[in-house]
Amino acid sequence: MNNPVLNVKSVSKDFGGIRALDEADLVVNDKEIVALIGPNGAGKTTFFNCITGIYTPTSGDVLIDPGAKGDALRINGKKPNIVTELGMARTFQNIRLFPSMTALENVMIGMHCRTKSAVWGAISRNKATRAEERAVVERSYELLKLVGLDEFVNELSSNMPYGKQRRLEIARALATDPFLLLLDEPAAGMNPQETLELEELINQIRELFQISIMLIEHDMKMVMSMSDRIYVLEYGRMIAEGTPQEIANNPAVIKAYLGEDDDA
Amino acid sequence: MSILTQESSQQSFLSAFLTAGCDSVAHALRKSFLAAIWFVFLTFPIMVIRVNTIENTVVWRWENMAYIAISIFFGSYIWRWLLARKEIKKDESKEETRFEGLLTQVQTKPVLKYAALGVIALIAIAFPQVVDLYQTNIMVSCLVYVVLGLGLNIVVGLAGLLDLGYVAFYAVGAYAYALCNMHWGLGFWYALPLGAVLGTLLGVLLGFPVLRLRGDYLAIVTLGFGEIIRLVLENWGEVTMGPSGISRIDRPEFFNMKMSIVDSTTYMYYIMIGLVIFTIFFVNRLQNSRIGRAWLALREDEIACQAMGIDKMKTKLLAFALGATWAGMAGVVFAAKTSFINPASFTFWESAIILSIVVIGGMGSIRGVIAGAIILVLLPEYLRDFAEFRMLLFGAIMVLVMVFRPQGLISAKRKIYKYEASNTASAGNE
Ligand SMILES: Nc1ncnc2c1ncn2[C@@H]1O[C@H](COP(=O)(O)OP(=O)(O)O)[C@@H](O)[C@H]1O
Ligand SMILES: [Mg+2]
Repeated sequence: MNNPVLNVKSVSKDFGGIRALDEADLVVNDKEIVALIGPNGAGKTTFFNCITGIYTPTSGDVLIDPGAKGDALRINGKKPNIVTELGMARTFQNIRLFPSMTALENVMIGMHCRTKSAVWGAISRNKATRAEERAVVERSYELLKLVGLDEFVNELSSNMPYGKQRRLEIARALATDPFLLLLDEPAAGMNPQETLELEELINQIRELFQISIMLIEHDMKMVMSMSDRIYVLEYGRMIAEGTPQEIANNPAVIKAYLGEDDDA
Repeated sequence: MSILTQESSQQSFLSAFLTAGCDSVAHALRKSFLAAIWFVFLTFPIMVIRVNTIENTVVWRWENMAYIAISIFFGSYIWRWLLARKEIKKDESKEETRFEGLLTQVQTKPVLKYAALGVIALIAIAFPQVVDLYQTNIMVSCLVYVVLGLGLNIVVGLAGLLDLGYVAFYAVGAYAYALCNMHWGLGFWYALPLGAVLGTLLGVLLGFPVLRLRGDYLAIVTLGFGEIIRLVLENWGEVTMGPSGISRIDRPEFFNMKMSIVDSTTYMYYIMIGLVIFTIFFVNRLQNSRIGRAWLALREDEIACQAMGIDKMKTKLLAFALGATWAGMAGVVFAAKTSFINPASFTFWESAIILSIVVIGGMGSIRGVIAGAIILVLLPEYLRDFAEFRMLLFGAIMVLVMVFRPQGLISAKRKIYKYEASNTASAGNE
């Protein structure tokens, strides 16, 4: 059971002449919370895009092993929807909800790849289709309740407050039934109280679903208190890896952050 | 632009009209004056000067210049006033218009709903009995366009793919029936599913390479494909009979009975009514399903949609192919109705009309598309007396709708999944 669920081996990504990721390695173990930190423009979002199929890495391997059983599957170059079907779900740094759909419908979209009624089902509305639709609505509502959005269930996502939209993205990602949840700056734009509640929610999700979570985050207080391990990215390179204590005392990390103002 | 308060008093209405979206009355007057001068200048060569080639004289028609100046002066005034008014009402425009409100009311009250449906059904059934052959024929054309519009609505309105070559599938359906009928005497009722299947197949075949493109590029490539199909029909003479087309295509038979022209047109009419009802049913169910939801999501944000596990290609292809299915069927009906087809019936102009029906009627709205088809097909038909101005009127309607009602005549309303305490997903409906 000690096999990693996600194993990224020296992944690089070039944009024209710019090397946004430079042989980055990263491992996520089963039921672990891993944080990826680094200054703005370090390549964190690019890293997420590379492992979720939005970008194809220039070189390197992205290996996943959903059951942590030791039979890893190489997923670079696979389409984003395939990666999601395989069990990696993500949220976006700049929120990407479906604005003219309700909170409930947004989560229902997340369940698309776990349901299968097709044209004939849609036309005939047979028993199986109706049962599936009912199950989708029920499950979506449960997820909304879990992230504390049950009062917004029938609200258009574009009408929801910012912090709630971030939570809705988490619910939508959870609806795809992932083994690894990838959160890109989930606390961005939240006040300290909201951040605290978010931390609670993320811990609760790990307990409840027994899944691994990887997050990109700038709020060091949150990162330090909740992650099992932390990776530090700078100019596309992984410059450090370790427990929160190790990272806090790592000279390279301190140096990387010294020039920066204190937002990271 | 001045912010005008909406007082209903005569005074403010007058002043709002006089300033017409400008800072002051003087400014408004000057703008209209400039517009009038400009148009006089533009139309001078065609409206004022006339060369009489027989007598070799030039006739100066100054009165035309006066007409143009006056009408443009007032026209531009009214135009700007309408635009200004629209600006003020912007916030309200999201809400339903009075007409749409009425429609919603009719739909939410079962008594009214069934009464309205009953009236529509009665009119639809009685129509060919009451009017003459000519009218029935026009109505059949109109219904063909309703089916085409609803089919294209799946592609454009639901999936958000701009397809300018829709007529290709229509042509394939029509030629499939015409050729099979000519060579093997295949009957209408066998050709209808055949047209549907061929449309779907061609949809998948064409869709596969072109759906990788987006937006404008997709539009241009589909336009090209539409023209290619037409050119093939025109030039592959041995098979398609070339530009002269195929004539004497059988009309639909009813248990092998021979029918008079009037009877067979009436029969055609009822077939089309049936097909329209079937199409409405089909599109409505599709829209309110797992697939319809995926299309909506794909229209809103492709990246997020893919990241949520929806196969973009497959979902788009499905919309493209289903749209083509309906075009294929409509093509069979068209061939049977006119009993003569040639490539000239399948020009880009047809695609443009069908697209206009969808856009003007209201993208994604079934009722809108029906209204659009009725207006765009019946209006030019009844305006034959003004033949020269038909296209002008057509263009004017398009411009007016696009400026004042960009969402179409009847804006789309979809079923929204609502979660209620009773644990059921209930919904408003289209
Ligand atoms: N699609 C792209 N094309 C070109 N350059 C990109 C693209 N995406 C990201 N980059 C560049 O890669 C670098 C890392 O960006 P990003 O991953 O967004 O950083 P972070 O999320 O750590 O703030 C930046 O310099 C950015 O300009
Ligand atoms: Mg980022």
